Amino acid sequence: MEMVRVTNLKKKYGDFTAVDDISFDIRKDEIFGFLGPNGAGKTSTINMIIGLSRPTAGDITVDGIDVRKQTKKAQAIMGIVADESNLYNEMDGFDNLCFCAALYGMKKEEREPKARKLLEEFKLTDAGKRPFKAYSKGMRRKLTIAAALIHSPRVLFLDEPTTGIDVESSRHIRNMIVDLKKKGTTIFLTTHYIEEAERICDRIAFIAKGRIVATGTVPELMESIAHGHTIRFITDEINEDIADEVQFCFKESKVSIRSDRSLVMESDNRISLLPVMEFFRDKGIRVYEAQELRPSLEDVFVKLTGIESSTLEETEEKSIGQ
Amino acid sequence: MKSWIAFWNILKKDIEKYYLKPPNISWGIIFPLSWTLMQLIRSPGKNVLELLPGLIAMSVLFGTTSMLAVTITFERSGRSFERLLLAPISLSTMVLAKIAGTIVFGMFNAFVPVLFASFFINLSGVKWGVLILAVLLIAITSSLMGLLIAVSAEQVFEAQTFSNFFRFPMLFLCGLFIPISSLPVFLRPISYCLPLTYGTDILRGAIIEANTLSPALCFALLLAFSAILFLICRYNINRKWIL
Repeated sequence: MEMVRVTNLKKKYGDFTAVDDISFDIRKDEIFGFLGPNGAGKTSTINMIIGLSRPTAGDITVDGIDVRKQTKKAQAIMGIVADESNLYNEMDGFDNLCFCAALYGMKKEEREPKARKLLEEFKLTDAGKRPFKAYSKGMRRKLTIAAALIHSPRVLFLDEPTTGIDVESSRHIRNMIVDLKKKGTTIFLTTHYIEEAERICDRIAFIAKGRIVATGTVPELMESIAHGHTIRFITDEINEDIADEVQFCFKESKVSIRSDRSLVMESDNRISLLPVMEFFRDKGIRVYEAQELRPSLEDVFVKLTGIESSTLEETEEKSIGQ
Repeated sequence: MKSWIAFWNILKKDIEKYYLKPPNISWGIIFPLSWTLMQLIRSPGKNVLELLPGLIAMSVLFGTTSMLAVTITFERSGRSFERLLLAPISLSTMVLAKIAGTIVFGMFNAFVPVLFASFFINLSGVKWGVLILAVLLIAITSSLMGLLIAVSAEQVFEAQTFSNFFRFPMLFLCGLFIPISSLPVFLRPISYCLPLTYGTDILRGAIIEANTLSPALCFALLLAFSAILFLICRYNINRKWIL
Protein backbone atom coordinates (compact mmCIF):
# COMPACT_ATOMS: atom_id res chain seq x y z
CA MET A 1 0.00 0.00 0.00
CA GLU A 2 1.19 3.50 -0.87
CA MET A 3 2.01 5.99 1.88
CA VAL A 4 2.81 8.80 -0.55
CA ARG A 5 1.38 9.15 -4.03
CA VAL A 6 2.58 11.87 -6.37
CA THR A 7 0.79 12.26 -9.68
CA ASN A 8 1.83 14.50 -12.58
CA LEU A 9 3.46 16.98 -10.24
CA LYS A 10 4.76 20.16 -11.79
CA LYS A 11 6.40 23.28 -10.41
CA LYS A 12 7.23 26.34 -12.45
CA TYR A 13 8.98 29.50 -11.27
CA GLY A 14 8.16 31.96 -14.04
CA ASP A 15 9.50 30.37 -17.24
CA PHE A 16 11.72 27.94 -15.38
CA THR A 17 10.32 24.47 -14.80
CA ALA A 18 11.85 23.05 -11.60
CA VAL A 19 9.71 19.90 -11.52
CA ASP A 20 8.34 18.61 -14.77
CA ASP A 21 5.33 16.32 -14.58
CA ILE A 22 6.65 13.66 -12.23
CA SER A 23 4.75 10.72 -10.75
CA PHE A 24 5.85 8.17 -8.16
CA ASP A 25 4.58 6.18 -5.18
CA ILE A 26 6.24 5.49 -1.87
CA ARG A 27 5.12 2.26 -0.25
CA LYS A 28 4.43 1.91 3.44
CA ASP A 29 7.51 1.08 5.54
CA GLU A 30 10.03 1.52 2.75
CA ILE A 31 13.00 3.83 2.31
CA PHE A 32 12.51 5.65 -0.97
CA GLY A 33 15.53 7.49 -2.30
CA PHE A 34 15.40 10.49 -4.58
CA LEU A 35 18.77 10.74 -6.25
CA GLY A 36 19.96 13.59 -8.40
CA PRO A 37 22.48 16.40 -8.63
CA ASN A 38 21.94 19.84 -7.09
CA GLY A 39 19.26 21.75 -8.97
CA ALA A 40 17.61 18.56 -10.24
CA GLY A 41 14.33 19.36 -8.48
CA LYS A 42 14.69 17.27 -5.32
CA THR A 43 14.04 20.04 -2.79
CA SER A 44 11.27 21.56 -4.94
CA THR A 45 9.54 18.17 -4.95
CA ILE A 46 9.91 17.62 -1.21
CA ASN A 47 8.70 21.17 -0.47
CA MET A 48 5.52 20.54 -2.46
CA ILE A 49 4.87 17.25 -0.68
CA ILE A 50 5.33 18.76 2.79
CA GLY A 51 3.15 21.78 1.99
CA LEU A 52 5.85 24.46 1.97
CA SER A 53 5.39 25.15 -1.71
CA ARG A 54 2.36 25.10 -3.99
CA PRO A 55 2.43 22.81 -7.03
CA THR A 56 1.74 24.41 -10.41
CA ALA A 57 -0.10 21.20 -11.31
CA GLY A 58 -0.54 17.66 -10.07
CA ASP A 59 -1.78 15.79 -7.03
CA ILE A 60 -0.14 14.63 -3.81
CA THR A 61 -1.61 12.33 -1.19
CA VAL A 62 0.04 11.24 2.05
CA ASP A 63 -1.62 8.26 3.73
CA GLY A 64 -4.70 9.01 1.67
CA ILE A 65 -4.83 12.70 2.70
CA ASP A 66 -4.88 15.23 -0.14
CA VAL A 67 -1.96 17.50 0.73
CA ARG A 68 -3.24 20.37 -1.44
CA LYS A 69 -6.65 20.41 0.22
CA GLN A 70 -5.82 19.30 3.77
CA THR A 71 -2.26 20.51 4.21
CA LYS A 72 -2.37 20.81 8.01
CA LYS A 73 -3.96 17.39 8.48
CA ALA A 74 -1.24 15.86 6.30
CA GLN A 75 1.53 17.77 8.10
CA ALA A 76 0.38 16.26 11.40
CA ILE A 77 1.56 12.79 10.27
CA MET A 78 4.79 13.98 8.64
CA GLY A 79 8.24 14.43 10.13
CA ILE A 80 10.34 16.87 8.17
CA VAL A 81 14.09 17.34 8.13
CA ALA A 82 15.04 20.26 5.89
CA ASP A 83 18.31 20.40 3.99
CA GLU A 84 19.65 22.82 6.62
CA SER A 85 19.27 22.48 10.37
CA ASN A 86 16.43 24.82 11.26
CA LEU A 87 16.10 24.67 15.01
CA TYR A 88 16.35 27.64 17.36
CA ASN A 89 19.95 28.67 18.01
CA GLU A 90 19.09 30.45 21.23
CA MET A 91 17.40 27.38 22.76
CA ASP A 92 19.11 24.28 24.14
CA GLY A 93 18.66 20.81 22.66
CA PHE A 94 16.04 19.66 25.16
CA ASP A 95 13.96 22.84 24.87
CA ASN A 96 14.14 22.68 21.08
CA LEU A 97 12.68 19.17 21.12
CA CYS A 98 9.98 20.13 23.64
CA PHE A 99 9.06 23.20 21.59
CA CYS A 100 8.75 21.15 18.40
CA ALA A 101 6.56 18.65 20.27
CA ALA A 102 4.34 21.48 21.50
CA LEU A 103 3.82 22.62 17.90
CA TYR A 104 2.20 19.21 17.34
CA GLY A 105 -0.02 19.72 20.39
CA MET A 106 1.84 17.32 22.68
CA LYS A 107 1.28 17.95 26.39
CA LYS A 108 4.18 18.61 28.76
CA GLU A 109 3.90 15.19 30.38
CA GLU A 110 4.17 13.53 26.96
CA ARG A 111 6.81 15.72 25.34
CA GLU A 112 9.42 15.87 28.09
CA PRO A 113 9.95 12.07 28.47
CA LYS A 114 9.91 11.73 24.66
CA ALA A 115 12.53 14.47 24.29
CA ARG A 116 14.76 12.77 26.89
CA LYS A 117 14.35 9.42 25.12
CA LEU A 118 15.29 10.90 21.76
CA LEU A 119 18.33 12.69 23.19
CA GLU A 120 19.45 9.35 24.57
CA GLU A 121 18.81 7.50 21.31
CA PHE A 122 20.78 10.10 19.37
CA LYS A 123 23.60 10.11 21.97
CA LEU A 124 22.94 13.76 22.74
CA THR A 125 21.97 13.51 26.40
CA ASP A 126 25.11 15.32 27.56
CA ALA A 127 24.48 18.10 25.04
CA GLY A 128 20.81 18.40 25.93
CA LYS A 129 21.27 21.51 28.03
CA ARG A 130 23.74 23.16 25.67
CA PRO A 131 22.44 25.87 23.29
CA PHE A 132 21.84 24.63 19.76
CA LYS A 133 24.27 27.21 18.37
CA ALA A 134 27.10 25.47 20.28
CA TYR A 135 26.45 22.13 18.54
CA SER A 136 28.77 20.71 15.88
CA LYS A 137 27.35 20.21 12.38
CA GLY A 138 26.80 16.49 12.96
CA MET A 139 25.08 17.11 16.31
CA ARG A 140 22.88 19.80 14.76
CA ARG A 141 21.81 17.34 12.08
CA LYS A 142 21.04 14.63 14.62
CA LEU A 143 18.99 16.96 16.80
CA THR A 144 17.09 18.18 13.71
CA ILE A 145 16.21 14.57 12.90
CA ALA A 146 15.23 13.95 16.53
CA ALA A 147 12.95 17.01 16.36
CA ALA A 148 11.26 15.57 13.27
CA LEU A 149 10.59 12.33 15.17
CA ILE A 150 9.26 13.87 18.37
CA HIS A 151 5.60 13.36 17.41
CA SER A 152 6.16 9.83 16.03
CA PRO A 153 5.36 10.64 12.39
CA ARG A 154 4.10 7.99 10.02
CA VAL A 155 6.30 9.29 7.22
CA LEU A 156 9.65 11.00 7.52
CA PHE A 157 11.02 13.35 4.85
CA LEU A 158 14.77 13.78 4.90
CA ASP A 159 16.33 16.31 2.56
CA GLU A 160 20.04 15.57 2.14
CA PRO A 161 20.42 14.28 5.73
CA THR A 162 24.14 13.51 5.59
CA THR A 163 25.40 16.35 3.42
CA GLY A 164 28.41 18.14 4.85
CA ILE A 165 28.74 16.18 8.08
CA ASP A 166 31.49 13.94 9.42
CA VAL A 167 31.76 10.24 8.56
CA GLU A 168 30.80 8.99 12.02
CA SER A 169 27.67 11.15 12.22
CA SER A 170 26.70 10.14 8.66
CA ARG A 171 27.06 6.49 9.59
CA HIS A 172 24.98 6.99 12.74
CA ILE A 173 22.25 8.76 10.77
CA ARG A 174 22.16 6.04 8.10
CA ASN A 175 21.87 3.32 10.78
CA MET A 176 19.14 5.31 12.47
CA ILE A 177 17.21 5.62 9.17
CA VAL A 178 17.35 1.85 8.70
CA ASP A 179 16.18 1.31 12.32
CA LEU A 180 13.27 3.69 11.81
CA LYS A 181 12.19 1.75 8.76
CA LYS A 182 12.29 -1.47 10.78
CA LYS A 183 10.04 0.19 13.37
CA GLY A 184 7.48 0.99 10.68
CA THR A 185 8.26 4.54 9.56
CA THR A 186 8.07 5.26 5.85
CA ILE A 187 11.06 7.30 4.72
CA PHE A 188 11.52 9.63 1.78
CA LEU A 189 15.14 10.54 1.39
CA THR A 190 16.74 12.92 -1.07
CA THR A 191 20.46 12.62 -1.59
CA HIS A 192 23.19 13.13 -4.13
CA TYR A 193 25.35 10.41 -2.60
CA ILE A 194 24.95 7.38 -4.89
CA GLU A 195 26.56 5.04 -2.37
CA GLU A 196 24.21 6.17 0.40
CA ALA A 197 21.15 5.57 -1.77
CA GLU A 198 22.46 2.17 -2.86
CA ARG A 199 23.20 1.13 0.71
CA ILE A 200 19.97 2.02 2.49
CA CYS A 201 17.15 2.61 0.00
CA ASP A 202 14.60 -0.05 -0.91
CA ARG A 203 13.72 1.81 -4.08
CA ILE A 204 15.33 4.73 -5.84
CA ALA A 205 14.13 7.33 -8.32
CA PHE A 206 16.68 9.17 -10.44
CA ILE A 207 15.78 12.78 -11.02
CA ALA A 208 17.52 15.08 -13.48
CA LYS A 209 16.41 18.45 -14.82
CA GLY A 210 13.09 18.14 -13.02
CA ARG A 211 12.17 14.78 -14.52
CA ILE A 212 12.25 11.26 -13.13
CA VAL A 213 14.29 9.15 -15.52
CA ALA A 214 14.04 5.80 -13.72
CA THR A 215 12.50 4.25 -10.63
CA GLY A 216 13.10 0.84 -9.10
CA THR A 217 15.05 -1.27 -6.64
CA VAL A 218 18.83 -1.26 -6.98
CA PRO A 219 18.87 -4.65 -8.78
CA GLU A 220 16.03 -3.53 -11.07
CA LEU A 221 17.88 -0.34 -11.97
CA MET A 222 21.08 -2.26 -12.62
CA GLU A 223 19.22 -4.78 -14.68
CA SER A 224 17.86 -1.98 -16.84
CA ILE A 225 21.28 -1.30 -18.33
CA ALA A 226 22.97 -4.64 -17.79
CA HIS A 227 23.34 -6.81 -20.85
CA GLY A 228 25.34 -9.98 -21.35
CA HIS A 229 28.15 -11.16 -19.11
CA THR A 230 31.54 -9.67 -18.29
CA ILE A 231 34.38 -11.54 -16.57
CA ARG A 232 37.69 -10.06 -15.46
CA PHE A 233 40.71 -12.36 -15.06
CA ILE A 234 43.76 -11.52 -13.00
CA THR A 235 46.67 -13.68 -14.07
CA ASP A 236 50.42 -13.82 -13.55
CA GLU A 237 51.16 -13.07 -17.18
CA ILE A 238 49.20 -11.21 -19.79
CA ASN A 239 50.04 -9.53 -23.07
CA GLU A 240 48.50 -8.67 -26.45
CA ASP A 241 49.48 -12.05 -27.97
CA ILE A 242 47.73 -13.99 -25.21
CA ALA A 243 44.67 -11.75 -25.56
CA ASP A 244 44.62 -12.40 -29.33
CA GLU A 245 44.78 -16.14 -28.69
CA VAL A 246 41.90 -15.95 -26.18
CA GLN A 247 39.91 -13.95 -28.73
CA PHE A 248 40.66 -16.57 -31.39
CA CYS A 249 39.51 -19.45 -29.16
CA PHE A 250 36.42 -17.73 -27.75
CA LYS A 251 34.97 -15.94 -30.75
CA GLU A 252 31.63 -15.17 -29.04
CA SER A 253 33.38 -12.93 -26.54
CA LYS A 254 35.05 -9.58 -26.93
CA VAL A 255 38.46 -9.71 -25.28
CA SER A 256 40.47 -6.75 -24.07
CA ILE A 257 43.27 -5.86 -21.69
CA ARG A 258 42.63 -3.23 -19.07
CA SER A 259 45.14 -0.69 -17.83
CA ASP A 260 45.57 -2.73 -14.62
CA ARG A 261 46.81 -5.59 -16.85
CA SER A 262 43.75 -7.71 -16.29
CA LEU A 263 42.03 -9.51 -19.12
CA VAL A 264 38.34 -8.81 -19.66
CA MET A 265 35.91 -10.99 -21.63
CA GLU A 266 32.50 -9.56 -22.57
CA SER A 267 29.76 -11.59 -24.17
CA ASP A 268 26.04 -11.25 -24.91
CA ASN A 269 25.62 -14.76 -23.47
CA ARG A 270 26.86 -16.22 -20.23
CA ILE A 271 30.55 -17.09 -20.35
CA SER A 272 31.41 -20.61 -19.26
CA LEU A 273 34.45 -20.41 -17.01
CA LEU A 274 35.81 -23.94 -17.32
CA PRO A 275 37.01 -23.75 -20.98
CA VAL A 276 38.70 -20.44 -20.28
CA MET A 277 40.43 -21.78 -17.17
CA GLU A 278 41.55 -24.85 -19.16
CA PHE A 279 42.91 -22.56 -21.87
CA PHE A 280 45.01 -20.68 -19.31
CA ARG A 281 46.17 -23.93 -17.68
CA ASP A 282 47.27 -25.29 -21.07
CA LYS A 283 49.26 -22.10 -21.65
CA GLY A 284 50.85 -22.41 -18.23
CA ILE A 285 49.28 -19.16 -17.06
CA ARG A 286 48.21 -18.95 -13.43
CA VAL A 287 44.80 -17.42 -12.73
CA TYR A 288 44.54 -15.68 -9.37
CA GLU A 289 41.06 -14.29 -9.69
CA ALA A 290 38.05 -14.48 -12.00
CA GLN A 291 35.51 -11.81 -11.18
CA GLU A 292 32.12 -11.11 -12.67
CA LEU A 293 31.78 -7.38 -13.46
CA ARG A 294 28.35 -5.83 -12.89
CA PRO A 295 27.37 -2.24 -13.61
CA SER A 296 27.39 -0.08 -10.48
CA LEU A 297 24.50 2.17 -9.54
CA GLU A 298 26.73 5.02 -10.62
CA ASP A 299 27.01 3.46 -14.12
CA VAL A 300 23.21 3.19 -14.20
CA PHE A 301 22.82 6.82 -13.13
CA VAL A 302 25.29 8.06 -15.74
CA LYS A 303 23.70 5.96 -18.47
CA LEU A 304 20.11 6.93 -17.67
CA THR A 305 20.56 10.60 -16.86
CA GLY A 306 23.40 11.45 -19.18
CA ILE A 307 24.94 13.26 -16.22
CA GLU A 308 28.55 12.35 -15.52
CA SER A 309 29.13 11.06 -12.00
CA SER A 310 31.84 13.72 -11.66
CA THR A 311 29.01 16.31 -11.66
CA LEU A 312 27.55 14.59 -8.62
CA GLU A 313 30.95 14.47 -6.97
CA GLU A 314 31.38 18.18 -7.59
CA THR A 315 28.06 18.93 -5.93
CA GLU A 316 29.06 16.68 -3.03
CA GLU A 317 32.35 18.53 -2.62
CA LYS A 318 30.62 21.89 -2.82
CA SER A 319 28.10 20.85 -0.21
CA ILE A 320 30.81 19.57 2.11
CA GLY A 321 32.76 22.77 1.53
CA GLN A 322 29.74 24.80 2.55
CA MET B 1 -6.62 21.98 22.74
CA LYS B 2 -3.68 21.08 20.44
CA SER B 3 -3.79 24.55 18.84
CA TRP B 4 -3.86 26.14 22.28
CA ILE B 5 -0.74 24.16 23.34
CA ALA B 6 1.05 25.33 20.19
CA PHE B 7 -0.17 28.93 20.64
CA TRP B 8 0.92 29.10 24.27
CA ASN B 9 4.34 27.59 23.58
CA ILE B 10 5.08 29.94 20.68
CA LEU B 11 4.11 32.90 22.89
CA LYS B 12 6.14 31.57 25.85
CA LYS B 13 9.17 30.91 23.67
CA ASP B 14 9.05 34.43 22.14
CA ILE B 15 8.70 36.10 25.53
CA GLU B 16 11.49 34.06 27.12
CA LYS B 17 13.89 34.06 24.22
CA TYR B 18 13.35 37.54 22.80
CA TYR B 19 11.38 39.96 24.93
CA LEU B 20 12.79 39.05 28.34
CA LYS B 21 16.38 39.36 27.17
CA PRO B 22 18.28 42.19 28.94
CA PRO B 23 18.83 44.29 25.75
CA ASN B 24 15.12 44.23 24.99
CA ILE B 25 14.06 44.97 28.55
CA SER B 26 16.45 47.92 28.65
CA TRP B 27 15.15 49.04 25.23
CA GLY B 28 11.61 48.73 26.58
CA ILE B 29 12.48 50.97 29.53
CA ILE B 30 15.11 53.33 28.19
CA PHE B 31 13.37 54.17 24.94
CA PRO B 32 10.03 55.35 26.42
CA LEU B 33 11.92 57.02 29.24
CA SER B 34 14.09 58.95 26.76
CA TRP B 35 11.02 60.06 24.81
CA THR B 36 9.41 61.24 28.03
CA LEU B 37 12.49 63.15 29.20
CA MET B 38 13.01 64.64 25.76
CA GLN B 39 9.45 65.96 25.70
CA LEU B 40 9.72 67.31 29.24
CA ILE B 41 12.97 69.12 28.48
CA ARG B 42 11.69 70.44 25.14
CA SER B 43 8.41 71.77 26.59
CA PRO B 44 9.12 72.62 30.23
CA GLY B 45 6.03 74.75 30.68
CA LYS B 46 3.71 72.18 29.21
CA ASN B 47 1.58 70.02 31.44
CA VAL B 48 3.04 66.48 31.59
CA LEU B 49 -0.49 65.13 31.35
CA GLU B 50 -0.86 66.69 27.89
CA LEU B 51 2.30 64.94 26.73
CA LEU B 52 1.27 61.54 28.04
CA PRO B 53 -1.03 60.37 25.19
CA GLY B 54 1.68 61.05 22.61
CA LEU B 55 4.37 59.38 24.71
CA ILE B 56 2.26 56.28 25.28
CA ALA B 57 1.35 56.01 21.59
CA MET B 58 4.97 56.42 20.46
CA SER B 59 6.24 53.88 22.98
CA VAL B 60 3.75 51.26 21.84
CA LEU B 61 4.33 51.97 18.16
CA PHE B 62 8.12 51.75 18.35
CA GLY B 63 8.15 48.78 20.72
CA THR B 64 5.80 46.60 18.73
CA THR B 65 6.68 47.32 15.09
CA SER B 66 10.43 46.90 15.44
CA MET B 67 10.26 43.86 17.71
CA LEU B 68 7.99 41.76 15.54
CA ALA B 69 9.57 42.77 12.24
CA VAL B 70 13.06 42.01 13.54
CA THR B 71 12.30 38.74 15.37
CA ILE B 72 10.37 37.26 12.45
CA THR B 73 12.96 38.32 9.88
CA PHE B 74 15.62 36.86 12.17
CA GLU B 75 13.75 33.54 12.44
CA ARG B 76 13.18 33.48 8.71
CA SER B 77 16.83 34.04 7.87
CA GLY B 78 17.75 31.15 10.23
CA ARG B 79 14.94 29.10 8.69
CA SER B 80 13.47 28.28 12.12
CA PHE B 81 10.29 30.08 11.04
CA GLU B 82 9.74 27.18 8.59
CA ARG B 83 8.96 25.03 11.65
CA LEU B 84 5.89 27.15 12.33
CA LEU B 85 4.76 26.98 8.71
CA LEU B 86 5.17 23.19 8.73
CA ALA B 87 3.42 22.66 12.05
CA PRO B 88 -0.16 21.36 11.96
CA ILE B 89 -1.56 24.65 13.26
CA SER B 90 -3.62 27.11 11.27
CA LEU B 91 -2.00 30.23 9.87
CA SER B 92 -4.36 32.30 12.06
CA THR B 93 -3.14 30.56 15.24
CA MET B 94 0.44 31.12 14.19
CA VAL B 95 -0.13 34.83 13.42
CA LEU B 96 -1.98 35.34 16.72
CA ALA B 97 0.75 33.59 18.68
CA LYS B 98 3.50 35.65 17.05
CA ILE B 99 1.75 38.99 17.65
CA ALA B 100 0.66 38.11 21.19
CA GLY B 101 4.21 38.41 22.56
CA THR B 102 4.72 41.74 20.85
CA ILE B 103 1.41 43.04 22.18
CA VAL B 104 2.48 42.20 25.73
CA PHE B 105 5.85 43.87 25.10
CA GLY B 106 4.16 46.95 23.57
CA MET B 107 1.83 47.30 26.55
CA PHE B 108 4.77 47.06 28.92
CA ASN B 109 6.44 49.86 26.88
CA ALA B 110 3.29 51.97 27.11
CA PHE B 111 3.23 51.98 30.88
CA VAL B 112 6.84 53.12 31.32
CA PRO B 113 5.96 56.81 30.62
CA VAL B 114 2.81 56.43 32.73
CA LEU B 115 4.85 55.14 35.66
CA PHE B 116 7.43 57.88 35.16
CA ALA B 117 4.74 60.57 34.91
CA SER B 118 3.09 59.30 38.10
CA PHE B 119 6.07 60.68 40.05
CA PHE B 120 5.35 64.20 38.78
CA ILE B 121 1.60 64.44 38.39
CA ASN B 122 -1.67 63.27 39.80
CA LEU B 123 -3.16 60.59 37.53
CA SER B 124 -6.37 60.09 39.48
CA GLY B 125 -8.48 61.63 36.69
CA VAL B 126 -7.32 59.10 34.07
CA LYS B 127 -9.95 56.71 32.77
CA TRP B 128 -7.81 53.57 33.17
CA GLY B 129 -10.20 51.11 31.54
CA VAL B 130 -10.43 53.18 28.37
CA LEU B 131 -6.67 53.82 28.40
CA ILE B 132 -5.77 50.10 28.73
CA LEU B 133 -8.20 49.16 25.96
CA ALA B 134 -6.78 51.88 23.71
CA VAL B 135 -3.20 50.76 24.41
CA LEU B 136 -4.21 47.17 23.66
CA LEU B 137 -5.74 48.13 20.31
CA ILE B 138 -2.79 50.34 19.35
CA ALA B 139 -0.48 47.44 20.25
CA ILE B 140 -2.53 45.02 18.12
CA THR B 141 -2.60 47.27 15.03
CA SER B 142 1.08 48.20 15.39
CA SER B 143 2.11 44.56 15.83
CA LEU B 144 0.20 43.61 12.72
CA MET B 145 1.93 46.42 10.85
CA GLY B 146 5.23 45.02 12.12
CA LEU B 147 4.20 41.64 10.73
CA LEU B 148 3.36 43.22 7.37
CA ILE B 149 6.85 44.72 7.33
CA ALA B 150 8.36 41.34 8.21
CA VAL B 151 6.60 39.73 5.24
CA SER B 152 8.19 42.30 2.92
CA ALA B 153 11.71 42.18 4.39
CA GLU B 154 14.36 39.56 3.67
CA GLN B 155 17.01 40.78 6.11
CA VAL B 156 16.90 42.24 9.63
CA PHE B 157 18.33 45.61 8.47
CA GLU B 158 15.62 45.78 5.78
CA ALA B 159 12.97 45.22 8.46
CA GLN B 160 14.40 48.07 10.52
CA THR B 161 14.53 50.40 7.52
CA PHE B 162 10.98 49.56 6.46
CA SER B 163 9.76 50.06 10.03
CA ASN B 164 11.10 53.61 10.12
CA PHE B 165 9.71 54.30 6.68
CA PHE B 166 6.26 53.59 8.14
CA ARG B 167 6.60 54.92 11.66
CA PHE B 168 7.95 58.44 11.29
CA PRO B 169 5.41 59.68 8.71
CA MET B 170 2.70 58.05 10.83
CA LEU B 171 3.78 59.95 13.94
CA PHE B 172 3.55 63.27 12.13
CA LEU B 173 0.28 62.51 10.41
CA CYS B 174 -1.69 61.01 13.30
CA GLY B 175 -2.17 64.31 15.11
CA LEU B 176 0.34 63.67 17.88
CA PHE B 177 2.57 66.64 17.19
CA ILE B 178 0.48 68.67 14.80
CA PRO B 179 -3.34 68.68 15.07
CA ILE B 180 -4.90 67.09 11.99
CA SER B 181 -6.90 70.28 11.40
CA SER B 182 -3.58 72.14 10.96
CA LEU B 183 -2.24 69.72 8.36
CA PRO B 184 -2.42 70.60 4.64
CA VAL B 185 -5.81 69.57 3.23
CA PHE B 186 -4.33 66.90 0.93
CA LEU B 187 -2.65 65.12 3.88
CA ARG B 188 -5.74 64.95 6.08
CA PRO B 189 -7.34 61.91 4.34
CA ILE B 190 -4.09 60.01 4.94
CA SER B 191 -4.31 60.85 8.65
CA TYR B 192 -7.76 59.31 8.82
CA CYS B 193 -6.44 56.12 7.23
CA LEU B 194 -3.99 55.56 10.09
CA PRO B 195 -5.03 53.47 13.10
CA LEU B 196 -2.72 55.51 15.32
CA THR B 197 -4.89 58.61 14.71
CA TYR B 198 -7.82 56.90 16.44
CA GLY B 199 -5.65 55.36 19.15
CA THR B 200 -4.14 58.67 20.19
CA ASP B 201 -7.55 60.34 20.09
CA ILE B 202 -8.91 57.78 22.57
CA LEU B 203 -5.81 58.22 24.75
CA ARG B 204 -6.34 62.01 24.74
CA GLY B 205 -9.91 61.46 25.81
CA ALA B 206 -8.91 59.02 28.55
CA ILE B 207 -6.12 61.20 29.96
CA ILE B 208 -7.05 64.87 29.35
CA GLU B 209 -10.59 64.62 27.97
CA ALA B 210 -9.44 66.31 24.77
CA ASN B 211 -10.62 63.82 22.16
CA THR B 212 -11.96 65.15 18.87
CA LEU B 213 -13.82 62.01 17.77
CA SER B 214 -16.33 59.77 19.49
CA PRO B 215 -14.49 57.06 21.52
CA ALA B 216 -17.02 54.46 20.36
CA LEU B 217 -16.27 55.30 16.71
CA CYS B 218 -12.52 55.18 17.37
CA PHE B 219 -12.77 51.78 19.07
CA ALA B 220 -14.91 50.45 16.23
CA LEU B 221 -12.42 51.74 13.65
CA LEU B 222 -9.45 50.29 15.54
CA LEU B 223 -11.19 46.92 15.69
CA ALA B 224 -11.87 47.15 11.96
CA PHE B 225 -8.21 48.06 11.30
CA SER B 226 -7.12 45.08 13.44
CA ALA B 227 -9.35 42.68 11.53
CA ILE B 228 -8.30 44.02 8.11
CA LEU B 229 -4.59 44.03 8.97
CA PHE B 230 -4.89 40.48 10.37
CA LEU B 231 -6.48 39.25 7.15
CA ILE B 232 -3.88 41.04 5.00
CA CYS B 233 -1.05 39.55 7.10
CA ARG B 234 -2.50 36.06 6.79
CA TYR B 235 -3.00 36.48 3.05
CA ASN B 236 0.52 37.84 2.55
CA ILE B 237 2.15 35.06 4.57
CA ASN B 238 0.20 32.48 2.61
CA ARG B 239 1.12 34.10 -0.71
CA LYS B 240 4.73 35.04 -0.03
CA TRP B 241 6.06 32.38 2.31
CA ILE B 242 4.29 29.31 0.93
CA LEU B 243 5.63 29.66 -2.59
